[in-house]
Amino acid sequence: MAETGLSERLRPYRAVLASRARSQRVYRANFAIDLGSSALVGLVELAEVWVLFSNVTALGGMRFHQILLVFGLADLSFSLADLSFGHLDTLPDFLRAGTLDVFYLRPQPILLQLITSDISLRRLARAAIGAAALGVGLATAGVTWGPRTAVLLPLAIVSGYATFAGLFVWAAGLQFFLLDGAEMTNAFVYGGRYAATQPAAVWSRPLKLVFGFFFPMAFTAYLPAVTILGLPGPNWLPAWLGWYAPAAAVWSWLMGLLCWRWGLRHYQGGGG
Amino acid sequence: MSGATNTGAITTGAIIEADGLTREFRVRDGKRRRLVTAVDGLTFAIEPGEAVGYIGANGAGKSTTIKMLTGILVPTAGSVRTCGLRPVSDRRRLARQVGVVFGQRSQLWWDLPVRESFRILAAIHALTGAEERDRTAELVERLELGSFWSVPVRQLSLGQRMRAEVAAALLHSPRLVILDEPTIGLDVLSKQRLREFLVGERRLHGTTLLLTTHDMGDVERLCDRILVIDHGRLAYDGDLPGLSRTVGVERVLVVDLAEPMPDLTGLGGARHLSSEAGGLRQRLAFDAEQTTAAKVLAAVSDKAEVLDLTVEEPDIEDVVRRIYAAGR
Repeated sequence: MAETGLSERLRPYRAVLASRARSQRVYRANFAIDLGSSALVGLVELAEVWVLFSNVTALGGMRFHQILLVFGLADLSFSLADLSFGHLDTLPDFLRAGTLDVFYLRPQPILLQLITSDISLRRLARAAIGAAALGVGLATAGVTWGPRTAVLLPLAIVSGYATFAGLFVWAAGLQFFLLDGAEMTNAFVYGGRYAATQPAAVWSRPLKLVFGFFFPMAFTAYLPAVTILGLPGPNWLPAWLGWYAPAAAVWSWLMGLLCWRWGLRHYQGGGG
Repeated sequence: MSGATNTGAITTGAIIEADGLTREFRVRDGKRRRLVTAVDGLTFAIEPGEAVGYIGANGAGKSTTIKMLTGILVPTAGSVRTCGLRPVSDRRRLARQVGVVFGQRSQLWWDLPVRESFRILAAIHALTGAEERDRTAELVERLELGSFWSVPVRQLSLGQRMRAEVAAALLHSPRLVILDEPTIGLDVLSKQRLREFLVGERRLHGTTLLLTTHDMGDVERLCDRILVIDHGRLAYDGDLPGLSRTVGVERVLVVDLAEPMPDLTGLGGARHLSSEAGGLRQRLAFDAEQTTAAKVLAAVSDKAEVLDLTVEEPDIEDVVRRIYAAGR
């Protein structure tokens, strides 16, 4: 009974997502091109890291194979979050056209409706690049395998995914106040992604505060990687923090939901 | 509407109850901020089964009222209950009982076939398989959606799209249907079809209708009560004959004559407005409460041979202007 209840509750979201996914795959050639271009973007960013490391041997105490682990973790979780939450950045279009009102006429929470209003399957290609980089990093960076790594790795991926997803919600909530603010919030979201692929050891103190803790990007990839590799970790970001990746996810969602609630109230005019 | 409702809803008490409903907006006026009162102390009640026309000039506060009735906007002051619920805090429960058609804002999926949009909406409103089948079949038949059922929404004509929009808003058999400019931009035939459907929906299911419109024909054919709003305040609440008595709602009969004639004055019940082409075309105003187009036409035919004719509906903007003028 509880099961049918849950399945019935999920039915609206399933119906929309299934139909969106179907419509993206209808034109096979088109979908293949989408996948290809998405993969290309991932490869270019990976190449950027490779170019950097053909000039230096180590950055922030990490060598190329170790950085691959950071890059792979960050890109895999970000791509998966982008796939399922990335379209939240279309909220300004809804606001300008007044079509957000339509969501109010349906008996589901507004945020859940928006999250499940679309899915970008082409990001799967990008996620595959991230997964490949992660795989190569794991195989070549001298990871000592054991139960710790086996637990920390999936924990880091799931937490990273949730942290980035929360960041998308966070940015969407702010859109209510900045009608043309997609540029600004994109700077945080995509800047955050970029920061996540970097070794946080090279950051200045203010950067460590901003992208280490306030937008907890260091927790999505760098810190778990440091913990997995058994490295000491830089000042302010000790290696044991890698285990606190789930806390970063909770923080990101807390801020995300707070901003969303705040934004929605602003939209309805019920006071801040 | 005697016991026509099959929604199982309890029909005691008003379906919409607004009490001192007020909404202010802060707008930026150059560098200064200014407070604009869009809806100002609105008090009214609508009983289940009524069909109410909500009319007013652009910017009079119609859309703001609808948004407060459906939980999209929070009132600045006053209170409102829709279907016995508080729209903002009970929004999700309310959504199951209300259907809204925003003429300009589609709730269909642009790139999907109409059929697919309805399948998704059935899931959204948690209709059972049988409910979905029966209601969809009923709407497809009565709104004649069959010919474009598998066509993507973006390829529909405006008339087709509006029919699909109305069907979409009514798929979950709401007790209350709110329509914001449902006939705007439609051709005569599409308007007629839509009105007939709404009249039928009310007769069959006892559905309450609230519609905003700029079309006097909508009001005449659909509504038994009219609310006129002016600068956010209620300027008139009553039926159409009452409105006619208050401000005089005149129709205009335009006749094309076989030969030029002097101005057709002195016809019982009709007033000569103007002549064109040396008297070949003449415009005659008459009050639909006092006489009929047929009687005026007969009176004209006694004097001249009529080749062609049209009847112009009273302009709602004009009616509203006169109410505003009468109220001051």
